[in-house]
Parts: sequence; C-alpha cells; structure tokens
Amino acid sequence: MSAKPTIAYLLLPLALGLIVPTARAEAPSDFLARFDQVARAADAGFRGFSAQRGERFFKSRHGADWSCASCHSDNPVAPGRHAVTGKAIGPLAPAANAERFSSARQVEKWFKRNCNDVLERACTAQEKGDVLAYLLTLRK
Amino acid sequence: MKRNTLTLGLGLLAWLALGAAWADGGRFDLGGPVYRDECGACHVAYPPQLLPAASWRELMRTLDRHFGADAGLEPQQAAAILDGLVAQARRRPEAAPRGGPVLRITQTAWFRHEHDEVPARLWKGPAVKGAAHCAACHRRAEAGDYGERTLRLPR
Repeated sequence: MSAKPTIAYLLLPLALGLIVPTARAEAPSDFLARFDQVARAADAGFRGFSAQRGERFFKSRHGADWSCASCHSDNPVAPGRHAVTGKAIGPLAPAANAERFSSARQVEKWFKRNCNDVLERACTAQEKGDVLAYLLTLRK
Repeated sequence: MKRNTLTLGLGLLAWLALGAAWADGGRFDLGGPVYRDECGACHVAYPPQLLPAASWRELMRTLDRHFGADAGLEPQQAAAILDGLVAQARRRPEAAPRGGPVLRITQTAWFRHEHDEVPARLWKGPAVKGAAHCAACHRRAEAGDYGERTLRLPR
C-alpha cells in the first residue's frame, strides 16, 4: 500500500476548495467575523458583540408590529411559526438547524427582509452580530 | 445517446401532461423548485392556477411590500418565478373589489364558492389563524394536493 493515494485524497478537498471557493458552505463563525469587521469599520468604539444585547434585541419590538421572536419563537432552538400565514419555520439557532448561517446569500436575503419588517430599516452589523452571538449560545 | 435524450424528453412531456390532468382532482402542479423554495418559505406555495396572469405580475412587481412584509427577491430570480407563474396562470381575469387585478386568492369568487361551507369560527381558531394557512386543513397543500381525501378540518 503506497502513501501517495492517501495524500492525493487528503489534498482533494483543498483542490476542490480552490476551484469553487464561492460554493463553499460557510459556518456561523464566518458571519460573526464578517459582522465584526464591518462593525469595527463603522464605529471606532465598537467593543465586540454581546449575546445578552442580542437576546434583548431578538425578543423586543422596535416600533413596528413584530419582533424577531414573533415568527422565530422566544426559544429559537424550537421551530417557529409565521405570524400571519401560520407556516412552520425551522429553528433559527444553528445548534438545532445546521442550515442556518451556512449561506451568505440566504443570510443577506433574510436580514434585509426581516429587518425591514421588524425595524423598518436595515440592521447594523452590530445588531446582526449581537443576535448571532445570542443564537450561538443556545443549545438544543 | 440522442435517442436516450429524446425518450427522456418525451417521458418528461408525458409527466407534465399528467401533472396538468391531476389539477382536476384537486391536485395542482406547483411549477419549479425556485418558486416552491422562495415563495414557499413564508407560506404554502400557492397553486399558480388560482390567479390570473395580471395578478401574478402585480404581486411580483410589489414583492418588497408584500401584504405588510418585505418579500423582496433578486430581480433575476423574481423574473424567472414570474415566467413560471404566468405560464400556468388562470385564463379568466378577475378584478379586486376595489379595482385592479385581484391579489388575494381568498378574494376570488372561486375560493369563496369552494369555502362557503366553512364556519367562521374555524377560520379564526388557533389551528388555522387565517385563510392563508391552507395546510391547516389541506394536509398535503405543500405538495399541491387539495383533494378531498387529504382534507381534514381541525377541531
């Protein structure tokens, strides 16, 4: 048994990663790092994310009819339910749903829509990071 | 190789024709996966056959203000979804009570006729919450199946 094929197999994911870097599934920590970068650039006094602040943000209404919890439930490791249509929504916490925070396209789409619905404006990087920090403290 | 492609194509056509025929028994063809994934994320992917083309055009044009929610999509994706909806749209046009194309399936004469025996308390009960929640009674609505066999009214 030669060692060569083993090395080739070990290198294969790396090679594939180099060929299709955009198709790589992302992890919640990638988003946290990105939000951190933007928050730092926006505010020199930025002191990092706070899960506590994120939880408060997630569960309160911000002037409009809904909070994040209106559809995602007060307990984001459990499934939610759309406040108007009643449609079942998969859990939001990554510990309970591996699909969450794994695609930049999805993350951007949903923050844009849902921040408009809940705050009637875009969320700041700090707000997104706080909420994600909160979600990452939750265990199934 | 070519013959295989032809067979596959014919098979696909037959399958599509069958799909259209099912609609007669309360089964609807919901169109492509993009429509089902994108629109079906917040509500059941409603059967394209239940609204006329003018209604789908107006709905897809105003997605960022979609019944009080921002349902905005990337323009390319929205255009592809609209093409699919228009291709399967109902032929007969229908106006909304206040003019313009009807935008709510629940306001169409067809829907009201089909549901005229459903008691008001059921619509408002916790299990249904509103007429947008087809799956509360039509247990297989997600798959476009609105037949009587899969219909169950909640208590």
